[in-house]
Amino acid sequence: MTIGLAHYLTVAAILFTIGVFGIFVNRKNVIIIMMSIELILLAVNINLVAFSAFLHDVVGQIYAMFVLTVAAAEAAVGLAILVTYFRNRGDIAVDGASMMKG
Amino acid sequence: MQAVAFYILALVSVAAAFLVITAKNPVHSVLYLITVFFSAAGLFVLLGAEFLAMLLVVVYVGAVAVLFLFVVMMLDVDFAQFREGFARYLPLGGVVGAVLLTEIILVAMTVAHTGAAAKNALPMASAPGVSNTEAIGQVLYTDYFYLFQASGLVLLVAMIGAIVLTLRHRPGVRRQNIAKQVARTPKTGMTIVQIKPGEGVSE
Repeated sequence: MTIGLAHYLTVAAILFTIGVFGIFVNRKNVIIIMMSIELILLAVNINLVAFSAFLHDVVGQIYAMFVLTVAAAEAAVGLAILVTYFRNRGDIAVDGASMMKG
Repeated sequence: MQAVAFYILALVSVAAAFLVITAKNPVHSVLYLITVFFSAAGLFVLLGAEFLAMLLVVVYVGAVAVLFLFVVMMLDVDFAQFREGFARYLPLGGVVGAVLLTEIILVAMTVAHTGAAAKNALPMASAPGVSNTEAIGQVLYTDYFYLFQASGLVLLVAMIGAIVLTLRHRPGVRRQNIAKQVARTPKTGMTIVQIKPGEGVSE
């Protein structure tokens, strides 16, 4: 039995859906939301690498590398904002985030 | 053999991803996230993308996941309070998730069976003498050099942003002021006091 492109795309689709589902059910917990975003980006990366491998073109892997870079930067800035928010508010409830505006 | 490895890695990654969003303790969530990244790295190895697999382990497991772990442990929050919305949003999330999954899988099946990638039944075998890392480097440092530099800039901006956001000046902390120390002369540093016999020094 050979493992084709469809298998990898299915795994990526399931991971992507779990990420979206995680954002829905953990609406109050920012940390889990950020982990869900990481899952979504990982699913995108699996798609990119799978297509890169099956199209015999290495450019997809380079694009995946850029996605990885942006994901790392996003995690760093997001967690920094979270730490600052926690320092000012004493908790990390997302509901109170509207007090940050203006 | 490859199929067995694929199914093990796929099952582990999906199960761990599900546990990431359902675990009660966020520390467990981070550990499951690390499991997902490791199995995804395994999938990348199966696809012949060794360099990205190692990058995933180094960047995600080594940096991002540890950062998450650090923040989760540093923030002293009662995470049980966040669980209350879970059951309420479960039906909506389930419906949206099911619809999304169906759509994506339908599109993926169509693309996989009729798209341009359908003619290659096997993933890219590395050309003789050229490793995966070498192949990436040959494209990355030539055609995509400016984008590569730009991604470095993104990381720099993110680093500075994170530092600026979390830096705080606490009042009342004594710090060394080198200019003040160097500018100090005998004239400003000491006074000569004439003490009369029998009296103490007042100051």
